[in-house]
Amino acid sequence: MIKTLTKKMKRQLRDILVAAVVFLVGILLPKFMYVNGNIKLVIFLIAYIAIGRDIVKKAGKNILSGQIFDENFLMSIATIGAFLIGDYAEGVTVMLFYQVGEFFQNYAVERSRNSITELMDIYPEYANLKEGDTIRQIDPDEAEIGNIIVIKPGEKVPLDCKVLKGSTTLDTKALTGESVPREVEVGDTLISGCINLNGVVEAEVLKEFGESTVSKILDLVENATSKKAEAENFITKFAKYYTPVVVMSAALLAVIPSLIFGEWSTWIYRALSFLVISCPCALVISVPLSFFGGIGGASKFGVLIKGSNYLEALAQTEIAVFDKTGTLTKGTFRVKEIKNNKLYSEDELIEYAAYVESYSNHPIAEALMNAYGKEIDSTKVQNVEEIAGHGVKATIDGNEVYAGNNKLMRKLNLDFEEMTVAGTMVHIAINGEYAGCIIIADQVKEDSKLAIDSLKKAGVKQIVMLTGDSKLAGEAVAKELGIDTVYTELLPSDKVDKVEELFSKKSDSGKLVFVGDGINDAPVLARADIGIAMGGLGSDAAIEAADVVIMTDEPSKIAKAIRLSKKTLGIVKQNIVFAIGIKIFVLVLAAIGFASMWAAIFADVGVSVIAILNAMRALKIEK
Amino acid sequence: MKKIFILEDLDCANCAAKIENGINELDCVNKASVTFMTKKLVLEADEDKMDKAIEEATKIVKKIEPDVVMKAK
Repeated sequence: MIKTLTKKMKRQLRDILVAAVVFLVGILLPKFMYVNGNIKLVIFLIAYIAIGRDIVKKAGKNILSGQIFDENFLMSIATIGAFLIGDYAEGVTVMLFYQVGEFFQNYAVERSRNSITELMDIYPEYANLKEGDTIRQIDPDEAEIGNIIVIKPGEKVPLDCKVLKGSTTLDTKALTGESVPREVEVGDTLISGCINLNGVVEAEVLKEFGESTVSKILDLVENATSKKAEAENFITKFAKYYTPVVVMSAALLAVIPSLIFGEWSTWIYRALSFLVISCPCALVISVPLSFFGGIGGASKFGVLIKGSNYLEALAQTEIAVFDKTGTLTKGTFRVKEIKNNKLYSEDELIEYAAYVESYSNHPIAEALMNAYGKEIDSTKVQNVEEIAGHGVKATIDGNEVYAGNNKLMRKLNLDFEEMTVAGTMVHIAINGEYAGCIIIADQVKEDSKLAIDSLKKAGVKQIVMLTGDSKLAGEAVAKELGIDTVYTELLPSDKVDKVEELFSKKSDSGKLVFVGDGINDAPVLARADIGIAMGGLGSDAAIEAADVVIMTDEPSKIAKAIRLSKKTLGIVKQNIVFAIGIKIFVLVLAAIGFASMWAAIFADVGVSVIAILNAMRALKIEK
Repeated sequence: MKKIFILEDLDCANCAAKIENGINELDCVNKASVTFMTKKLVLEADEDKMDKAIEEATKIVKKIEPDVVMKAK
């Protein structure tokens, strides 16, 4: 515990201990021997000076600079007042109790600061700049585009860069929450903030530090709380009225009953308790702290939330709209089905298809090549000919092979089964005979089904999918995932219109969330209440366009973020109710004379500490 | 231009808000924001007024929280 204390807190702790010891002497001494009243005063004064000198000094300074009625002033008045009416012990204990409370409050704040900065422990301290044969450590800020840097095992990647020499694996956990390391080799881009696990690599700097991923992410998380949530605005407004109202009541409480009943000292004492309770600190600290904790907690599992307002809004998600390609599906094509006939085996069909398409770099050709999985011997392929709008023709090992769509088969007058499927069909004809067909489709992400299910469980009323794809392909994916509403064959501009339409259907308090890959759906991301972009790692466009960025490709993290948002809001509400509740309760007790100055200090500092500890729960995330 | 400072020993959220409001009222400052959790002060001012803005901001910090030390980052 001692290690995490700041200099100021260590001093505070020392003062508390000294004052506590002297105070005990003052209390116990009279029990053993006769102590003269003046000696008693001196002992308690020593304790008071040890514990309260800073407060009194600060109160004096603040009055000189025109700030009356701050905590320091109130504590000074209350305790000096106690001394004046001869209650020395009360004067010291009140101050002591207040300082202990302050100490715990500072400790709690410091702890939460530490755990939040630990989360963001991605800040690189240095970069190893290579100049000729020498390597020199520099500040990442000093590196320029085109510089060569060396990254050793255990070091953080300081800037976004491209590998020139060597290969290694990277730990991206701090950025994505993903525990599987990522392999990189020559030509790959390294993202700053990742940790190099084993190999030494030389890399060329692609972006200056200020533009690198790590500084963008840090900037984003650190400044996220400047976009205030409604709950925070409520607190600011509340504090604006609360403090003056309590101070006014204190003044009335001091004067009116005294004029009626007399007993000025009793009523003034009660009024002073009022003033001590008047600080709205517990609320002013704990509400933003909860949001900060929530944003920090989300970044722990690879979700960047750009403002407290978005974290707050996520809890009210009513309609979730997904873009299909790249969001729910991988956006990469794979062979899904092979329909061969008696003439050729499945493997042979794939082999011919891969060879005939081997000169193309279309995604379909890539899918075939991947399915084949072996090296293409290009000497076997001759006379490649593209038949526009139909397919390809080539001679492979002396066999004449055609690969293409329905139109191509009809043109060749072949007998084949015409069908419509969710995906792209590649028919193959070999030596003038129909050989079968290969169905290639985009793949649904492993995680998508879970994403949709958990969103429904989290209370999202309607889930909608938008896609530019064919009706057949779109509906197949929707059915597989259990999505209620699908709009297919949309042009990019239609997507905005559809979102507008959905807006008119949702309730006033509900929020509409749009999830896309951030590449060409910026207008929709902007129009939605909350725009969420997937796969943010390495995509500046996504980070810039969206309100919430999911660093990995897992849509299931949206539901996780919604649950975190609900939890955070729960904590905020607990704190608001708890802090205001206790304060009003103690105010009433103080007015009717049942609350001592101790209770008043508890209502001030004690409540703050409890609220801060509660707020820190937002940082803890489910596994 | 923009400059970032760390407010060391900033331990009261209410004071952080007061400091932010105070600095924002300065004529030489375009915009200021204080984040209590990160103890960061971001000060925006025109280049020729920056020195004056820093000086005035330091005064305000001293006035509201005498314990806080403002350090350039």
